[in-house]
Amino acid sequence: MADIRNNFVGIKSPNPFWLASAPPTDKAYNVVRAFQAGWGGVVWKTLGEEGPPVVNVNGPRYGAIWGADRRLLGLNNIELITDRDLQTNLREMKQVKRDWPDRALVASIMVPCEEHAWKAILPLVEETGADGIELNFGCPHGMSERGMGSAVGQVPEYIEMVVRWCKQYTRMPVITKLTPNITDIRKPARAAHAGGTDAVSLINTINSITGVDLDSFAPQPTIDGKGSHGGYCGPAVKPIAMNMVAEIARDPETRGLPISGIGGITTWRDAAEFMALGAGNVQVCTAAMTYGFKIVQEMIEGLKSWMDEKGHADLDAIIGRATPNVTDWQYLNLNYVAKAHIDQDACIKCGRCHIACEDTSHQAITSMVNGARHFEVIEEECVGCNLCVNVCPVEGCITMEPLAVGALDKRTGKRVEPVYANWTTHPNNPMAKVAAE
Amino acid sequence: MAEGQLKDGIAAGRLAGPQYAENFSDLHPAYDRHEALVEADRCYFCYDAPCMQACPTSIDIPLFIRQISTGNPLGAAKTIFDQNILGGMCARVCPTETLCEEVCVREVAEGKPVQIGRLQRYATDEAMARNKQFYQRAAPTGRKIAVVGAGPAGLACAHRLAVNGHEVTILEARPKAGGLNEYGIAAYKATDDFAGAEVDYVTAIGGITIENDKALGRDFSLAELAASYDAVFLGMGLGGVNALRAEGEDANGVENAVDFIAELRQASDLSTLEIGRRVVVIGGGMTAIDAAIQSKLLGAEEVTIAYRRGKDNMNASEFEQDLATVNGVVIRHWMQPKRVVAEDGRTVAIELEHTRLDGERLVGTGEIVRLPADQVFKAIGQSFDASPLNGSGNSIAMEAGRIKVDAEGKTSMAKVWAGGDCVVDAREDLTVAAVAAGRDAAESIHRALTSNGRA
Repeated sequence: MADIRNNFVGIKSPNPFWLASAPPTDKAYNVVRAFQAGWGGVVWKTLGEEGPPVVNVNGPRYGAIWGADRRLLGLNNIELITDRDLQTNLREMKQVKRDWPDRALVASIMVPCEEHAWKAILPLVEETGADGIELNFGCPHGMSERGMGSAVGQVPEYIEMVVRWCKQYTRMPVITKLTPNITDIRKPARAAHAGGTDAVSLINTINSITGVDLDSFAPQPTIDGKGSHGGYCGPAVKPIAMNMVAEIARDPETRGLPISGIGGITTWRDAAEFMALGAGNVQVCTAAMTYGFKIVQEMIEGLKSWMDEKGHADLDAIIGRATPNVTDWQYLNLNYVAKAHIDQDACIKCGRCHIACEDTSHQAITSMVNGARHFEVIEEECVGCNLCVNVCPVEGCITMEPLAVGALDKRTGKRVEPVYANWTTHPNNPMAKVAAE
Repeated sequence: MAEGQLKDGIAAGRLAGPQYAENFSDLHPAYDRHEALVEADRCYFCYDAPCMQACPTSIDIPLFIRQISTGNPLGAAKTIFDQNILGGMCARVCPTETLCEEVCVREVAEGKPVQIGRLQRYATDEAMARNKQFYQRAAPTGRKIAVVGAGPAGLACAHRLAVNGHEVTILEARPKAGGLNEYGIAAYKATDDFAGAEVDYVTAIGGITIENDKALGRDFSLAELAASYDAVFLGMGLGGVNALRAEGEDANGVENAVDFIAELRQASDLSTLEIGRRVVVIGGGMTAIDAAIQSKLLGAEEVTIAYRRGKDNMNASEFEQDLATVNGVVIRHWMQPKRVVAEDGRTVAIELEHTRLDGERLVGTGEIVRLPADQVFKAIGQSFDASPLNGSGNSIAMEAGRIKVDAEGKTSMAKVWAGGDCVVDAREDLTVAAVAAGRDAAESIHRALTSNGRA
């Protein structure tokens, strides 16, 4: 049986599934239920500085978008950091850590961007026995208007500065949580690295408006006729998050920096993909908020059975395995040729592949053959774009089949070349590097 | 003396009062909004959708389902009504399992088609409940058209003519409009006087006058109509009922299934309707099924359908056959009626002969089965009664016993069109096919009376 115990910057947990700092980890009651359900760790909902706690809106905090059958695809929120008293949180954290010593308990922290504020809170957190801290530089709403959260995360110099303070004032591992609301995720990651962070975690939520009420013309969620951009998360953000994880994992300046992957992780497969791209573990929120804590059981068993089936003994065997395969477009092999293939036995004849190709792509799929409704790839036209695969409602019905070396590409009339060749050397590229004579 | 279901002979009130309402409640209850949204989400929005191809009225089904799923049920209703103004009734009575739903790709993939009929009902009910009228009449053309028969074909024809600015008079032989929708559909398929409500909805566009109790051949002649109107549409359906050709079929207790169904539809108190303890229905179509199930629902103890050929030859759909079976009707195949046995003039049994195929030919085996029966319903098909057409001065060409029309619905007689069950149609005698024929004839009439559609 595969070993899925996790050691992330020295923080040990029985599995790589942590709950992200968010509503599910706001208090002991929820966290204990999560541990009972099997979660490997939690990042406690973000603590603020001592004093009167922040207040939340008293209307809707969440907005959402849905797919077919009202499956929640994306969630957004305008909730702030914990609105509970700091001492209450610290007391509960200490008790929970004592009761669940094998689980990871990390404290998320957000205090003003001043040295004394960080210096003051760190010992209080350390005293709880927490395994580490996560710096919330990501929260895109509310707190950012007060110079915290993503207001810090969008300025690499601030990140480096605060990380340095934290490394100076605590012995606990420091995880820096990054905001995706930035043009190049590598910049804040490099800054955190320069400040000495032990790890980064990403992504935090994305600025978003989930909908507009077309009666009141107010953005959603709507508070007394007004709305504000909230933080977007859930399955819809997963591709964005995975790209950012991969960018950091393959950046020469941050290569090897531990990453805690966050963003739309809903199943074991999502988690495995994040880890393959370089995440040392994963954090989950929306899936738990949609289905409850029990989902972790599917994640644990699914991950184990996949690893067993593939012969991966432990997490180190999968972490970062896909990172070397993430490259720039210019290095993709232009001599690789694939063609769509439709499995006629699996085809249910909905015709969506045809109309997608006919209307919006390359007119490479039939709709009628010999007077009968029949969908078949016209290899002379197929550029191998994969759109038909993506719009087909039957998984596995349409596949992309690579042409063997030497095979005839009926579209170009050329044989598939045996060698790798990319854009950097392509004759159409005015900047092409000419091979040495 | 046995009471209720076990009472011998033909009797009313076999069931306790509330049981009637329960038995004759809506076969497929209406979807609520949530159910409609869940089901609408299942539609794949197919290209050149097979469902649409299978629909005799070519409703753009993927579009109307998408409109439901995006919270636009009125838009969905308009998409339906654009092609089929009787979309509400068709949603209830169409054998969707042999039309749109049979070819739904999810039927192919999973054996579970999108419930197109029920979604259509959801959208059309919404529009009708709000009395939302989608069409405005074109400027008056001054043309007058007579429509004979206020059934599906006649109503669809009248509506399209009215939309195009013509004045329509519908002459209907029966006391109510609606045709088979009013008199010929099983009660549990069109509850709450839906047929009447639909007639009101269709005629609300204006320009349509319905004159009831006006029968062709009795109250007016075709020649008179042709002389006094700019065009005539014949949509009078089928007036005749095929005979059993069995000995003794004049006995008391032998009835036409269509008459039984009509009487049931018009009854204000179902407990006053008489039904036999043991009922045998002869036939294999929808009428046979409707009569058999409703006999059972009225409290008959034993109901048997006897059909002279095999299961696969039955005109009733598989769904309808199953519906009969789950309602306790026994369907027996390869049996033809030979003799109705009467005692004191009252039916007590029917003798059926087993049949088999001798090559292509159906032959009796000579083996006779005697089934006890208090009541026998004839449902072996209806025929066109051409006699009302006679004396019109000009003859109208017939084909296979019905009125002959061209692709547009024109008869051999000038100014006269026809459609629905009274004409020969490759499509089965379906409500939806009649609607298509009426609609298309209206367009043909419009073209004929105007210059390229311009008055």
